[in-house]
Amino acid sequence: MANTASPADPTRRDFLYLTTGAMGVVGTAAALWPFIDQMNPDASTRALASIEVDIGAIEPGQSITVQWRGKPVFIRNRTPEEIEAAKSVPLAELRDPLARNDNAAADADASDANRATDGMENILVMVGVCTHLGCIPLGQQGEYGGWFCPCHGSHYDTAGRIRKGPAPENMHVPVYTFVNDTRLRIG
Amino acid sequence: MSGHSTYEPRTGVEKWLERRLPIVRLMHDTAVSYPTPRNLNYFWTFGAILVFMLVVQILTGVVLAMHYAANSAVAFQSVEAIMRDVNWGWLLRYMHANGASMFFIAVFIHMFKAMYYGSYKEPRELLWILGVIILLLMMATAFMGYVLPWGQMSFWGATVITNFFTAIPLVGEPIQTLLIGGFAVDNATLNRFFSLHYLLPFMIFGVVILHIWALHVSGQNNPLGIDTKSEKDTVPFTPYATLKDVFALVVFCLFFGWFLFFQPNYLGHPDNYIQANPLVTPAHIVPEWYFLPFYAILRAITFDIGPINSKLGGVIAMFGSIAILVFLPWLDTSKVRSARFRPLFKIFFWVFAITCVMLGWLGSRPAEGGYVLAAQLFTAYYFAHFLIVLPLLGFLETPKPLPTSITDAVLAKNGGHAHPVGAAASPEKH
Ligand code: HEM
Ligand code: FES
Repeated sequence: MANTASPADPTRRDFLYLTTGAMGVVGTAAALWPFIDQMNPDASTRALASIEVDIGAIEPGQSITVQWRGKPVFIRNRTPEEIEAAKSVPLAELRDPLARNDNAAADADASDANRATDGMENILVMVGVCTHLGCIPLGQQGEYGGWFCPCHGSHYDTAGRIRKGPAPENMHVPVYTFVNDTRLRIG
Repeated sequence: MSGHSTYEPRTGVEKWLERRLPIVRLMHDTAVSYPTPRNLNYFWTFGAILVFMLVVQILTGVVLAMHYAANSAVAFQSVEAIMRDVNWGWLLRYMHANGASMFFIAVFIHMFKAMYYGSYKEPRELLWILGVIILLLMMATAFMGYVLPWGQMSFWGATVITNFFTAIPLVGEPIQTLLIGGFAVDNATLNRFFSLHYLLPFMIFGVVILHIWALHVSGQNNPLGIDTKSEKDTVPFTPYATLKDVFALVVFCLFFGWFLFFQPNYLGHPDNYIQANPLVTPAHIVPEWYFLPFYAILRAITFDIGPINSKLGGVIAMFGSIAILVFLPWLDTSKVRSARFRPLFKIFFWVFAITCVMLGWLGSRPAEGGYVLAAQLFTAYYFAHFLIVLPLLGFLETPKPLPTSITDAVLAKNGGHAHPVGAAASPEKH
């Protein structure tokens, strides 16, 4: 096995070692991926369902909870006082400055107008999951009359914006459209 | 310490094995002739108690799995069927559920013992780190096990804990989705948790073997924290340690039995006898008692720290409270192991122990008013103990003089007469 090339000179053998090794790494990674990706949501979960909800029967001051993609969605018919309370908050006082509304621009500010829909601003639609660690906040409670999360004490106002406690973000508003005055489609 | 082997194969079978797989020698060296310091106290029996509890959990778990069904539609009913219909099912399930608590009681005592007597110091750093890994695996196992009965606490505990991951910027949400296999905790989550709950205890078993191997290389620490110097400082594992361990185990089983037969639900939570409901969060979500101190630390961070928001901050603090244990051998700057010779450390040790208990209590309280402030203070102290107190003490404290050997110390205490039966009966020479 005499080899006259100096150690700095890559030989044919070095080349084979390296390419074999590299193929081995790529192959192992490729074989590993199915083992990891199988844990992601399966096709039936991913099949993005949208739901339609009748909101005609929700009286002002009332709210209902529906299930969408395994998560609760709050639909609240806000009273004029509740809307007024949400509107009168200076934006600088909000802990999360973003609207978190999938129907608005990603950088829209968290004003009450950006949380609800123009003309239907009494109807507030939100994924009812606390942005802290995922509990379901209780409606018509807390220091701001909106929601209170009992798990670790987060207070949301009447626009579902985080005001106090450990949660970092306003509750998220999912994509929705009004089919007509009394029907709402989520998703 | 491990020294040379004194094993002599005698019977034909032993001789046959000796040339092929010297497993009898391994057992003999580990559990019979292995020299243990002669001054060990009862805190040193918790290692054996822990091995026993691991075996109890695996045995009861395997038979529970014969009756349990990991499907969100029937899981709750299958556990109730174990309680009512399966022969002895109530006993097996209560053994398993309370066994987890006993396992944690034992591991906490075991760890505080290591801290008091400085067992994590050179040359036992790796032994200690393997212990921290076992603790982490135990926590993961117990967390996933608690999800299996699919009660309200199971479901909401799983929701809250898997949501920790969403605190991580950018990759957090994909990771959480990957873990629970959906957009919310559901059947996919339950299935994989069952699979992992079955697997992890066997991984614990593997790490326990490494832990014991490391122990047998460095040798056991002892209440004086000084090295064994001669054979006189030790007694053979069998019968001395073996019988002491068995006695302690019997006493521990009485304690276990009291919970098992008289208060089987005392350590659990009544809400877990309500089937999981994804639309209703219980008024107070509390984890199992053994997670409470960590839970209190999580909730204590209610404020943003620079770019880190309160949620991420809480998760970092909680994982940090365990991760910091890994660095304990280097944070403690004192060369003296045992608290017996460290007058200041002894005081701070107890302050730390009380801090942990207080955090546990605060974790069970609602997160409001004075409780939050108290949790913040104790959390700050928890970290200060490791990051400020221990590094400084090594420089500021004057340790008491150490005895020259274990034997000298034992004899001085017993008026210079007693020597252990079975140890070399030669007169003490210096
Ligand atoms: C490190 C060891 C283990 C620990 C700490 C542990 C812990 C737990 C805990 C806390 C529960 C919930 C009990 C309840 O409240 O009902 C549980 C349930 C369960 N575990 Fe384990 N476990 C361990 C090992 C195992 C093993 C090896 C198996 C084997 C398959 C197993 C199978 C089960 C089953 C089927 C359940 C559901 C039935 C029930 O809830 O009682 N466990 N485990
Ligand atoms: S989950 Fe709502 S405050 Fe923690």
